[in-house]
Amino acid sequence: MQIGKEKLMWMYEKMVEIRYYEETMAAVYMEGKLPPSIQKGLAFDIGGGPVPGEMHLAAGQEPVAVGVCAHLSDDDTVVGTHRPHHFAIAKGVPLNAMTAEMFGKVTGLGKGKGGHMHLFDNAHKFSCSGIVGASMPIACGTALAAKKMGKNWVSIAFFGEGAANQGSFHESLNLAAVWKLPVVFVCEDNQWAISVPKSKATSVQWVTDRAAGYGIPGIRVADNDAVAVFEAMAPAIARARHGEGPTLIEVRTDRYFGHFQGDPETYRPKDEVAQLRQRDPIGLLSKLLKERRFMSAEEEAAVVQKAQHRVTQAFAFARSSAYPDAQDALADVFVQDHAFTRALV
Amino acid sequence: MKTERILTMAQAISEAIAQEMTRDSSVFVMGEDIGSYGGIFGATGGLLDKFGKERVMDTPISETAFIGAATGAASAGLRPVVELMFVDFFGVCMDQIYNHLAKNTYMSGGHVKLPVVLTTAIGGGYNDAAQHSQCLYSIFAHMPGIKVVVPSNAYDAKGLMTAAIRDDNPVLFMYHKGIMGLPWMAYLEGSSNAVPEEAYTIPLGQAKVMQEGTDLTIVSLSQMVQKAMLAAHQLQGQSIHAEVLDLRTLVPLDKEAILKSVRKTGRLLIADEDYLGFGLSGEIAALIAENLDTVSLKAPVMRLAVPNVPIPYSRPLEQFVIPQVTDIVQAAQALLVGKLAKAAAA
Repeated sequence: MQIGKEKLMWMYEKMVEIRYYEETMAAVYMEGKLPPSIQKGLAFDIGGGPVPGEMHLAAGQEPVAVGVCAHLSDDDTVVGTHRPHHFAIAKGVPLNAMTAEMFGKVTGLGKGKGGHMHLFDNAHKFSCSGIVGASMPIACGTALAAKKMGKNWVSIAFFGEGAANQGSFHESLNLAAVWKLPVVFVCEDNQWAISVPKSKATSVQWVTDRAAGYGIPGIRVADNDAVAVFEAMAPAIARARHGEGPTLIEVRTDRYFGHFQGDPETYRPKDEVAQLRQRDPIGLLSKLLKERRFMSAEEEAAVVQKAQHRVTQAFAFARSSAYPDAQDALADVFVQDHAFTRALV
Repeated sequence: MKTERILTMAQAISEAIAQEMTRDSSVFVMGEDIGSYGGIFGATGGLLDKFGKERVMDTPISETAFIGAATGAASAGLRPVVELMFVDFFGVCMDQIYNHLAKNTYMSGGHVKLPVVLTTAIGGGYNDAAQHSQCLYSIFAHMPGIKVVVPSNAYDAKGLMTAAIRDDNPVLFMYHKGIMGLPWMAYLEGSSNAVPEEAYTIPLGQAKVMQEGTDLTIVSLSQMVQKAMLAAHQLQGQSIHAEVLDLRTLVPLDKEAILKSVRKTGRLLIADEDYLGFGLSGEIAALIAENLDTVSLKAPVMRLAVPNVPIPYSRPLEQFVIPQVTDIVQAAQALLVGKLAKAAAA
């Protein structure tokens, strides 16, 4: 599939936006977590600051999100992982509500009840989960619904290479194959399941080697390159839209930050990230766009500026939003049923 | 006069599902052996013939995948009825149940609606041993986000199932094997009763007084209600008037009905087939303890439940750990020892 200027530019803009978002979050996340404001002896306080809790950032993994989502519309479903920001941004989840959710604010996607691993946006058919391997069964269900409704909508289940060793992976691939569900299973192989390298945890070199076990196609993308991901996805999307069933895609991608912010990364060679950054996928796409004369240096500067503005504005919105009333913790256990929920307590 | 139509609980459940499938095209059923077999315990009998394999789907033995798929399908606008064959099997799929089905509505701030009915078989009494005989409803009621329905008879089962399917929230519908009216398992006959043909709902969260009484309240649910009714009949002969309360649902729990009855009788016996520790019977005892300013007890609260051992296989062992009719009778007599002594003296 020949990729046109419009898609290339879209992917570039989204990658720039994602990268700036993650770098901004990395900085904001550390606010209020470092000495001297906290207890003696602590290196860092995970519960402090405006964005508390765990934080899993996806800088370096942008090609997977944009290469896949460039094929999707609002009718298609994406189910992401515990590291979900790049998917959400690429799927069109509003930055303001998403960021406010991470700040725990009432204006957040989940009114502050979900946090960064649990982002839900019905309008853009986006959700994610903090449980490794949990995206796949749910994406089978949204795909099943599309099939039953007679729509050609596609569902994407993103997961990491570590999740390919979960039972949910095997059950879901089999189920989707048996029922010919319009789902694409997209594995982000960033080589690290927290601290355990793929080579020590996975019985095959490529997760896609397992596709044959379920009688479905497996497509490998060896480079962390948005165009390569886009091209690999094309037949998988077409297959799903035509009712021919699922495909397993695996992308060899790079995680620039630790598993979570504050991860000492003692398991990782010291210069690994510096080396990975040498072949940064954003620079790669920028080069391509300029070679094809799709983007001038001035246009590139404008793209970066616009992305930075959107992100900065979203963080400002999140900061200035109000926290929910503490009593709101008691609502929303069930839908349309607040009286009942409160009576339970 | 029209004769009453007596149905088994299995027939009543499948009829409710069939009527909802007819009424609402977004309702569909999936699970292991729910198609041509009609469900191992008959809860989906006849549905495949009526609705075809697109709406009555046999699944692979992959509970994580298909229960997770129910959550996904519900988030996309359908209303799945999905079966976990035995509740004992929850260990292979609990992540999808309690981390996703039960929590996604809350974590989305109430924006994600998940109208899923998860049906499952519970209970022992037929020597199926520790991995196929548990009730475990307390585990699901303990964790927020799932309504828990535990019917004791066909009439209630139909109305509660219809309400469950129409509910916009996840509902766990737990049916006891020993009251389904199966042709291959002895059952307590009180569970088969008159069931109207037309669809009707019983609101979730309303307990039912099965029999009025003045001497003690027996709070119960599921098959144990039928045992309690038999016990109450025997107690009647000894001039002990037991009020039998069927909880019908654990989430929501009809606390007012429990308090009202115990305020009247002053004595409480909880008859339960789940484990004794950290469960339903303790919850109800706590409810009474928290309301002692308005409830005056004539005797301490008494609990009958499975002692904290796995369900044993051998018949005498199993019958020992699961409360029987005679256990309920004896417990009631113990609660009323004062009244019985007075009567004997008179």
